[in-house]
Amino acid sequence: MARVHLSAGLRDLTGGVANIEIEASTVGRLIKSLDQMFPGIGSRLSEGSSVAINGEILTDAEYEKIPASAEIHFLDILQGG
Amino acid sequence: MMAVIEENPGYKWVGTRPIRPDGLEKITGKAQFGADSILPGMLYGSVVRSPHAHARILSIDMSVAKSMPGVKAVITSADFPDLALNGGSAGDIDMSNNVMARAKVLYEGHVVAAVAANTREQAKAAADAVIVNYEVLPHVLTVDEAMADNAPLLHDGMYTKGIDPKPEKPSNVASRVVHERGDLDKGFAEADLVIEREYTTKPVHQGYIEPHAAVADANSDGRAHIWCSSQGHFQMRAHTATVLGVSPGTIKVTAAEIGGGFGGKTVVYLEPLAVRLSQRAGRPVKLVMDRDEVFRASGPTSGTRIKVKMGVTNEGQLTAADVWMGYEAGAFSGSPVGAAGMTVIACYDIPNFFVEGFDVVVNKPRVAAYRAPGAPMAAFAVETVMDELARGINIDPIDLRLQNAVVEGTQASYGPKFPRIGFVETLEAIKNHPQYTAELGPNQGRGVAAGFWFNAGMNSSATVHINENGTATVVVGSPDIGGSRQSMALMAAEELGISYENIKPVVADTETVGFNDVTGGSRVTLATGAAVVDACRVITADLRARAAKTWDVEIDDVEWVDGQAQHVDGSQPPLSLADLAGKSGRTGGPISATASLNARGVGAAFSTQLCDVEVDPETGITRVIRYVSAQDAGRAISPAYVEGQMQGGVAQGIGWALNEEYIHNSSGVMENASFLDYRIPVASDLPMIDTVIVEVPNPAHPYGVRGVGEVGIVPPMAAVANAISDAAGVRMKDLPMSPVKLLEALNEKGK
Repeated sequence: MARVHLSAGLRDLTGGVANIEIEASTVGRLIKSLDQMFPGIGSRLSEGSSVAINGEILTDAEYEKIPASAEIHFLDILQGG
Repeated sequence: MMAVIEENPGYKWVGTRPIRPDGLEKITGKAQFGADSILPGMLYGSVVRSPHAHARILSIDMSVAKSMPGVKAVITSADFPDLALNGGSAGDIDMSNNVMARAKVLYEGHVVAAVAANTREQAKAAADAVIVNYEVLPHVLTVDEAMADNAPLLHDGMYTKGIDPKPEKPSNVASRVVHERGDLDKGFAEADLVIEREYTTKPVHQGYIEPHAAVADANSDGRAHIWCSSQGHFQMRAHTATVLGVSPGTIKVTAAEIGGGFGGKTVVYLEPLAVRLSQRAGRPVKLVMDRDEVFRASGPTSGTRIKVKMGVTNEGQLTAADVWMGYEAGAFSGSPVGAAGMTVIACYDIPNFFVEGFDVVVNKPRVAAYRAPGAPMAAFAVETVMDELARGINIDPIDLRLQNAVVEGTQASYGPKFPRIGFVETLEAIKNHPQYTAELGPNQGRGVAAGFWFNAGMNSSATVHINENGTATVVVGSPDIGGSRQSMALMAAEELGISYENIKPVVADTETVGFNDVTGGSRVTLATGAAVVDACRVITADLRARAAKTWDVEIDDVEWVDGQAQHVDGSQPPLSLADLAGKSGRTGGPISATASLNARGVGAAFSTQLCDVEVDPETGITRVIRYVSAQDAGRAISPAYVEGQMQGGVAQGIGWALNEEYIHNSSGVMENASFLDYRIPVASDLPMIDTVIVEVPNPAHPYGVRGVGEVGIVPPMAAVANAISDAAGVRMKDLPMSPVKLLEALNEKGK
């Protein structure tokens, strides 16, 4: 089970839920599962987020495998200078 | 100076300071920058810009301009597809409308038309003859004005994202970001000292010396070739194609040398105009901004209002932080407030916090990235409060930071746990620097501040060719804005085992090398460097196979050591790269390899800086007299360039602190759009900026690279402000800390 941390900015969609444990093999499947629980969150996460898996920040991570007991954070997409 | 955390593991080239590969062409004037391209039959373009901060375009009369001598084409938004009608994304629609205004102009300088003519003078005269009728609308210039009740709206359909429930009325607030942890009330109740302050910063420009420039040559078959100065020619290709409504494959972009970018050259401005003008005229077209246009129409960074409240115990433990941030986005949404929210307290492990930020549109040029976008203004606020907290509980300001510093395993304020980082090491480097305890003279003061930046990975490609004499060409698609060609060559030299001088690094066009994301986010040495290393490792594996074929042995019997193939038992005379390259036709053909990747293992960057100033109490002039910057580079592949990046960030930060600001009049017109009136620091304004390269290698990169281009600009404003406070006893909370403002503060203090 991955432990997913949902930032405060997403909680308008999660009804205030901040953390949730979900079984998902990839980031894409995780987002689909979250979207089923919290309709609308999928598009926001797919289009506007990076993801951190066990502390490593990744972009374009839809097919990234999620290790067992991973800590997942969704972050704003960053702009570099 | 280097602060050695882990010894160099025996690198021969990485960490050395050879002659830069682009040096000779630049000092002899041969280097081709954006405006240097000249093509046969080339026309010159000129752009018509709005004189109003906010107005509806009622009509555009081009009849006079079209009939003027030498004029070959005049274009307006009618010459571009309306992406709003073609299913374009919100971001693409904004980008297109920023390139060429459609129904409204949203800032002074916004493009409304463009002209191409035989000469620059003819183009300018024709641009002046384009008649635009406007209905002038009320404007907003600051976060306060834009967020006020009943403020005039820039975009009727803008409803703030991130607020529950969704607002019923549109506003100038595009989005809200929030980060929180713990119990704020409890945290402040545990504090022995609470400091609450409010800060403002003004928009400042990246200040690159080379203005934006583009030359386009469109063919009748729909294809076009662009030569331009940018931080990412693949991005210029993609964005130009989007604005023009064509396939990226129809556009080829050649990267010119770049005279500074700092984030501001990640944006498309002139390229779509040049292509469309070239298509309409049937001849190549050159467009070059003058400095006035650069200021009025290309991206500065955000002006901000930031409120910070922090609490600390008498023992130096931070207990709570409450932060409110309003960031100007300019005319279209997209300020860096998201990054600001994630970085503002990222240096510290604070158990209770609430960080709230707002992305606010105003009638100014659309903001563009500027080194560590969003972080410097946030750090100015928090690092100044940190200084007040340290003084309030009588603790050394570096000790307060050390006591609360994030380390490997700390849960970052923005979410995940930090991997191996070097923040503590940068704090210790400054604390141990002799300047930290050097005696100060009259009217002098000392300040410290720290900063954090994520750095980035993203997509990169590289190709390495081995020439027939054993030299190598390293082909990348990342424009070199800070020495990346040298870093690529040094890593390739290390991998291949040949001399740096025998490697030619090249930045190739969009049809010659695989895709690369922009040169930004301090990412190229990490990501493109990893692609170069991967390609080199494919080549050395190939070279081992070729040696094995030559000796008729198994590949496992061959090692690649110091640039030559060696048999593990020494039974064969070694084969050098030149030996193998010279006979490559006999072992399989030319030796070459390409690698492409989406880089992983990005290493975060931290910087701690020390500033000594002298304040003239008669004039309010602040002079920076000594400066030391310590930064974790991971591993400094090219120390000279790393030092240059550190010094450049500090120099820009000092300008931001003391002098630089966009000044608008009540009509929303910029009043200081030149380097005479918008004063960036010059060499005589600055002391030698001492650097301490801290090396805490990034374990996820083959050479330990983190990225060095951005974090150096995060601490300077707070470091200077804290030094001014130490020197003069006044807390400056509004940037820039100009002589006028400082004199006012000193007079107020003296009352």
